[in-house]
Amino acid sequence: MDWCGVMPESILVLTHADESGSLTKSSLEIVTAGKELATRLSAQLTIGVLAADSASPARAIAGADARVLGVSGGAFAQARYVTDAAACEALCKAAQAAVILAPQSSRLARVAAGVAHRIGGSIDTHITSIRGDAGLEVSRWYYRQRVEAVLSRPARPWILLVEGGVFPAFVGNDSTVTVEQVTVQLPEVRTQVTGTRAPAEDEQTIRPDARLLFVAGAGWTKKQPDGQVHATDAGELIVAFLRKTGASLGSSKSLVDQGGDGQPVLPFLTHMNQVGQTGSTPRHPRGLATCCHGEEPHVVGWRFIGERRAISLDPNCGWARGKADVVYIADAFKVIAKVNELLDAKV
Amino acid sequence: MSLHIVVCAGIVPDPLQTLEPIVGPKGPALKNEIMLPGVLDPWAASALYEAANLVAKNSGSKLWLVSLGPKTKLQQVMMTIAQKVSFELVAIDSPTGGFADAQSTAAVLAGAISAIPGLERDKLLLFGGWESASRGAGVTLQVVGESLGIINQFMGVDQIEMHEDGTFEVLERVEGGKHQVSVCAAPPAVLGWATGNLPEPRNNPQIGMANMRTVMPSLQNAKTAVFADCGLQYISATLPGQQRQTRVVKDMAPDAIAEELAEWIGAE
Repeated sequence: MDWCGVMPESILVLTHADESGSLTKSSLEIVTAGKELATRLSAQLTIGVLAADSASPARAIAGADARVLGVSGGAFAQARYVTDAAACEALCKAAQAAVILAPQSSRLARVAAGVAHRIGGSIDTHITSIRGDAGLEVSRWYYRQRVEAVLSRPARPWILLVEGGVFPAFVGNDSTVTVEQVTVQLPEVRTQVTGTRAPAEDEQTIRPDARLLFVAGAGWTKKQPDGQVHATDAGELIVAFLRKTGASLGSSKSLVDQGGDGQPVLPFLTHMNQVGQTGSTPRHPRGLATCCHGEEPHVVGWRFIGERRAISLDPNCGWARGKADVVYIADAFKVIAKVNELLDAKV
Repeated sequence: MSLHIVVCAGIVPDPLQTLEPIVGPKGPALKNEIMLPGVLDPWAASALYEAANLVAKNSGSKLWLVSLGPKTKLQQVMMTIAQKVSFELVAIDSPTGGFADAQSTAAVLAGAISAIPGLERDKLLLFGGWESASRGAGVTLQVVGESLGIINQFMGVDQIEMHEDGTFEVLERVEGGKHQVSVCAAPPAVLGWATGNLPEPRNNPQIGMANMRTVMPSLQNAKTAVFADCGLQYISATLPGQQRQTRVVKDMAPDAIAEELAEWIGAE
């Protein structure tokens, strides 16, 4: 692609709809990011919308003061590499932007690097801040949120996938949005999306929008003061707590792995609950860790938790000191049982 | 059906090690990086175990492990990994760590994969971790796939199930603890793995002995990677600075703690 004549920092914001056909929250956050950056750099802003019918979700960006490009068609109703990559490539080529912002959603994270390769551009992902007035500088983490780096690239186009929660979601107005439809040449589609698979509603323990993250450590399945293991009791206490608080459940790798080693397990835990070095780094306003131990791997899992409290039997627990706001030296079985009682009484 | 599975897996510092960034001659690096014990990248290791499982279930299949890292580190890690599953190693010597550019790394990997003798594209499944534990960008595998002309790609994969007609079903992680289910008509395809479902295989010295027939020559003949200059500039690389003033509560009764917590949980 010939980028001669491209504005120094013209900006394209890539957005997409969810299953309901509405623009995702993370997409609206990137619209805000694009508007802020365009203002700062005096750059032209274009917004690209990827959806089955892009005109409908585009109404959410009314008032964004941007050129709007859309890709529409049944093939784009679902997330799929072959179709989404072709759509994003077409939007990038139509917009001719030097900087391309997109949300770090599963849909766009799946294709963005491939698109960068196709348009001869560069890419950086998991961006947590965008700064710089004369030039563009971005921050991201390395080594699983253990080293933070600020970097820049002179090459354009430059695709940046921005983490959720970094910018507030854009709130549109009632004005009219004109969407210029972009035609996409699709290659042979050999992948069919057949649906999603999720635990039953009352068994779902991963709740990204929850205000509280509850982390269960391996201590829940270890011998208690009576010399016995009480994994079943632990499971009931945790499930009851999650149900009453609506909290999201995180776990340490050691607890999830215990199932494979024939040790007592909490049956509702999967690898998807893992936080830390080998799991996710969730973002919640509050976090409560119970029966956890260890240092670096857990710190990583807590990097983006606002207020942090922990219940531990070890007063010298290395990771909690300096990383949590409050550490209660107590038996988590007794504390959580009483918390559940108190929450019941509140209802 | 027989498969040709190529697993891309890098070497990362053992997660239990404390890391400290320094400024090296070519940009940021880790202090004493060469001295830090290494492990096979965790999500890429999941990919390797899943690949070995598929090879075992599909007769006539072959498995290659393409690994890029400092030769000494590769040798150290292969002493363990080679005892777990059977593979043919394609080693690439490179001094770089997590701060290297992902697209330049992908170009080197794509070149190495293209040069594998006997690799059949219509049987090819390209595996790796969906993100590394070093750069953690989720870029490399996609770009390797694109460089090889593979446009059926899946990221955050936890399961693959081969069907008798040659199609296969893939479960990819999406938001909210859900999986997206897709059916792909046939290889070639790229699968960036999350944790998968398989436990880490136990060490088997017999497998290790068999693997060493290819591992040692591959390490000895490993070519040094040459990375293209992409203009990536680091302004800084630092440890996060925040240290919290932790209140350690030692002598409070469980009921009193529970009351404090219930109030905290309910507070807006």
